[in-house]
Amino acid sequence: MTASATRPTSTGRRVERQRGVAELSRRSKIGLYALLVFWTLVVVLPLYWIMTTSLKSPIQVNDGPYYIPFVDFKPNLDAWHWALGTEGGQTRRAFVNTVVVGLGAAVLTVGVGALASYGLSRLKYRPRLASVVAFIVGGAAAIVFIAFGLPWQLAGVLGMGIFAMSVATWARRFEFRLSNDDISFWLISQRILPPIAIVLPLYVFFQQLSLLDTQIALIIAYVGANVPIAIWLLRDFFATIPLDLEESAAMEGATRLQTLRKIIIPLAVPGLVATFLFILVFTWNEYLIATVLASAHAQTMPLMIVAQNATRGPQWWNMSVLILIMSTPVVVIAFFLERYIERGMLIGAIKH
Amino acid sequence: MSQTKERTDHKSSASGDREFELFPHEAATRRWVLSPAVVLVILLSVFPLIISAYLAFSRFKFVAGGFEIVWIGLGNFRKLLTGSQSRRFLGAAAPMPWWGWALLAAFVGGMVFDWIRALRRSAGRVSAAARVRISAARLVTTIIGAVLLALVIRTLQPGGFPGTVVVTLVFVVVGVFFQYLIGLSLALAASQRLRGKRFFRTVFLIPMTITPVGAAYVFRMISDTGKGPLEPLWALIFGRGEFTWVQSPWGARIAIIIADTWQWTPFMFIILLAAVEGVPDSLLEAAKVDGAGVWEQFRKITFPLILPVSLTLILIRFIEAFKIIDLPQVLTGGGPGTATESLALQAVYEWRGINLGGSAAISYALLVLTTFFGLVLVTVGRRRALAQIG
Repeated sequence: MTASATRPTSTGRRVERQRGVAELSRRSKIGLYALLVFWTLVVVLPLYWIMTTSLKSPIQVNDGPYYIPFVDFKPNLDAWHWALGTEGGQTRRAFVNTVVVGLGAAVLTVGVGALASYGLSRLKYRPRLASVVAFIVGGAAAIVFIAFGLPWQLAGVLGMGIFAMSVATWARRFEFRLSNDDISFWLISQRILPPIAIVLPLYVFFQQLSLLDTQIALIIAYVGANVPIAIWLLRDFFATIPLDLEESAAMEGATRLQTLRKIIIPLAVPGLVATFLFILVFTWNEYLIATVLASAHAQTMPLMIVAQNATRGPQWWNMSVLILIMSTPVVVIAFFLERYIERGMLIGAIKH
Repeated sequence: MSQTKERTDHKSSASGDREFELFPHEAATRRWVLSPAVVLVILLSVFPLIISAYLAFSRFKFVAGGFEIVWIGLGNFRKLLTGSQSRRFLGAAAPMPWWGWALLAAFVGGMVFDWIRALRRSAGRVSAAARVRISAARLVTTIIGAVLLALVIRTLQPGGFPGTVVVTLVFVVVGVFFQYLIGLSLALAASQRLRGKRFFRTVFLIPMTITPVGAAYVFRMISDTGKGPLEPLWALIFGRGEFTWVQSPWGARIAIIIADTWQWTPFMFIILLAAVEGVPDSLLEAAKVDGAGVWEQFRKITFPLILPVSLTLILIRFIEAFKIIDLPQVLTGGGPGTATESLALQAVYEWRGINLGGSAAISYALLVLTTFFGLVLVTVGRRRALAQIG
């Protein structure tokens, strides 16, 4: 008897699938372990080096490689004292900013993305292409007005007026309509944008709203940047949820809200969690947009890490401490949510 | 094959006639469900993009009491392609070697062959307009592909010097290739019946969660031939104090590709693992009964089944990798010279130098390049999927 006998059937919470038709030969087992152990070393060595560096003094770092604490160098907690004591206020602020911005943006992104992907997989949209073009023309006109010195409130009203007039006049004549697939493709394609292409307009935008260097500005910017990828992943999760369940619920007289709460959301949890984790990795660690939109008050951890490469050269020991502090929460979250990713992300990828 | 069946079903239910309006009289729901995402994307991506487009055709400068944006047409692009920035952007080309011509001829020949085949196949089946579209798409692909290929070959020759376009392409193609290869090998290994699987899975995930800036600093420490942990190794290979990674152009590029691979292999690994584990045992068993070896099982069963996932993964990584910036910025600062400067990094440097027009022009070049490769990947992927069904 081979794999089919050893695989647990539907019992047990977590069904561990076993691959490989026959028992592996001893030699191939050794080969596989060699590969896995090799990559574990590749992964762990840099992490180990951060940990030991965080326990070194500047002299110990600059004198050459010392490997094992207590054996070839005497560890000290100076860098930790610096990060948590002397500069404790700054570290705390940066950490809180990272948590608020990272978590807030990730939660909002998944929320907005889930709503949109639910709509795109369950409802039919047939917007006129001409209306969309009219909207963009109106917005572009508003931008031009602002460039010519009009206050933004007035320019906004004028832009909306142009949009409304276009819809009422020429846009009506064109019958060409977009489908759900077009909308999805358009939303997803926004992920291609290099952040640097949109960062200057965003800077001006948040400056006009007096939101520069605030957590809110960062959250809004991150949600905008990550919503496309959330839709990309979530749309396919929703598509895998069978329609029949909702149909029978609808026939029994459930409202859409009830169906959402009782059927869709429970079934979509793995996908939502996997997407959340994936987006969290982006928002928690983002650097480029943060450098432009945040300086002092909203400084996040990546900015603080880079700031340690100041006039006196990189302060490796301090950086190491900061990297450890900021990465630990994500590693812990990833550890607990890992089982969802394995199941969840596959569906998203496979269905696309 | 059941997988491809599912795909087609899914497709037809999304765009076909099956009406999925279960709850009538809910026009409001329809609107508020989608509009937050659409409004956000229009506000934060589309309008900024329009402004950047305007900037790409203008010169930005500070004047007394503010700034001024002057329309200069194609000036910024001319500067990149033929002007003062062309050495940095495109690089310096060496003469084309004979094998370069051969490669180019093979590429163009292959595209023409494919074009003729597509026209033959579609003869009498599709409208004239569709045939024009088929030809136009292939023509554009051939031209852009040939130009890029010639650029890559000529600037990477001895005597040549790659610009940011080619450097970015090298990072993306080589990096994603290794990430996929390593991710797939690890996924295949970790899916076998081995003890301690769960441990490996969890550990392999960690690099993805480290901030790219942090990873870049860590690799700067590790690639340091004097004080890094691998100092004895470097001393053994290159001699003590003889060599530093970041001072040799290819050394610096390799360091960046290694760091990128370290960080993003987990992404490939975790999804490919799920895909490999999704391959039904019964198929593998049947193949084994037919006398297929391990390699045959992989080539004939596992690989075709994970191909759709693989293509999506590679597409996602391509899109993200084209924007590579944190690693070169921190690890090498784009140096030595501009040897490791990616397009995104060049755009940021221009931005810092208050050359906003030039920066926007580079961003647009990057956008076009990414879109080109994205579309090629999507098209090839779709054709592969169709071939599987047919």
